[in-house]
Amino acid sequence: MTDANHLQLQISTRIGNLQLNVQFDADIQTLVLIGPNGSGKSSLLSLVLGVLEPDSGRIALGGEVLSDSSTKTFMPVEARRIGYLPQDYALFPHLTVRENVAFARASANPSEPRAVRTERVNALLAELSLTDYARRRPGALSGGEKQRVALARALAAAPRALLLDEPLAALDVHARRKVRTLLAAHLKKIALPTIIVTHDAAEARELGTHFAVLEAGQMTQLGTWEELAAAPKSRFVARFVASA
Amino acid sequence: MSGRIRAERTAIRTLGGVLVAFLVLPLVALVVTTSFVDFEQGLSHPLVWPALRLSLLTTTISLAITVALGTPLAWALANTKSRWSHAVETLSQLPIVIPPAVAGIALLFAFGSRGLLSSENSSLTGSTAAVVIAQVFVSAPFFIQAATSAFRHVNPKLVVVARTFGARPLRVFFRIAIPLAAPGLVAGAALAWARALGEFGATLMFAGNLEGQTQTLPLAIYTAMEADMRAAQALAIVLVVVAFALLLFVRATMRRSLSAEGRA
Repeated sequence: MTDANHLQLQISTRIGNLQLNVQFDADIQTLVLIGPNGSGKSSLLSLVLGVLEPDSGRIALGGEVLSDSSTKTFMPVEARRIGYLPQDYALFPHLTVRENVAFARASANPSEPRAVRTERVNALLAELSLTDYARRRPGALSGGEKQRVALARALAAAPRALLLDEPLAALDVHARRKVRTLLAAHLKKIALPTIIVTHDAAEARELGTHFAVLEAGQMTQLGTWEELAAAPKSRFVARFVASA
Repeated sequence: MSGRIRAERTAIRTLGGVLVAFLVLPLVALVVTTSFVDFEQGLSHPLVWPALRLSLLTTTISLAITVALGTPLAWALANTKSRWSHAVETLSQLPIVIPPAVAGIALLFAFGSRGLLSSENSSLTGSTAAVVIAQVFVSAPFFIQAATSAFRHVNPKLVVVARTFGARPLRVFFRIAIPLAAPGLVAGAALAWARALGEFGATLMFAGNLEGQTQTLPLAIYTAMEADMRAAQALAIVLVVVAFALLLFVRATMRRSLSAEGRA
């Protein structure tokens, strides 16, 4: 584990009707955020991503401050280099698979020579078994394929961390298990600090190394799956680990 | 019972039919009361070609100005939710509802010989530039409205994701927003062009009616009515055909964009 995996969250902010208070200071591999609907999970992702600015607090990743209200620091989304996979993957529908990935690469690294970029894009497509789909548009892909494109595209921009919001929710039940196993394998290989939001216990257990529980805007428990299972601090946690 | 149902249904359709007949009748009359010979002779009237050329020139320029400035405005409006942006959006729609004569007077007070923005000897009145100004004034709101609506249909997640890669605002605008909103932008441009092509009142009052300088097709029709009704009729038919073609184009574009949205 390196310094690059260190995540610090000291957030106190109001988002709509929710008061979000989060204190977190640890190295992360794959951190899964769990919690009831409306507990602030997606809002927390938006804060880390830089789409939302906290009223007060500090967010730092890998030793770099992303946002700090005391010094009025707020790094814009464009500069944070955090890969984001939203629930529906948000692939660009007018671009082919290859163009989706190349767009990310060229955005992150505009001065890279074309040949180098093409090589890198090809490598990513191959790595995620997408070479055969390179010329298709997202509309012609299955859910699992879309997810791999989204992953390849995020990686093309050389992110320092990944945020995945309900990565399997857009898939039908039959595809989920297979895609989940594949995603777990990819995430392990990628080895970037990753935060995943999910409401699915089986998915959380397979993908996560550590778990943070968010309830009504408060972080109520933090630990490994075994720790959560051994001593659940709330009925939500007890029910959640039991349902995996 | 069933007879009564049928009768009521017929009543509803008849009422609707009366209005459709009323809307179509003048256009039918315009076409059927002429002959091919009259049409040809009408088109050879000396008023016709200078007006046609001027209309093409001015509407092309006004459309270019409208699209070049209106597209960024629409993107900004679609992405802001402040009270200011609401105010700006409302203001930008104002020329749609104010009468053309009012637009003409207002343009005179802004850019005319004693207007806010003109010096002693540099009045725009009577110039081709004035025609373009009048056209932009009355037609831009149609483009802004359609473009703003098209941009609002672009999935905001796509923009967020593009930004996470480091894509700057201009890159997002040109590579993501514009291609995705393209059908709506094209439809809006067609509507704005149609409005500019038909612009009459504001042009007459602000730019005047000078052949070759400010006399666009609608003004030429107005002038021709006094001299040669066949020329007026021929020009009118040309404008109706162009307008009808544009309408079909806009509807087809919108339909395509809706079905593309359904697929995505």
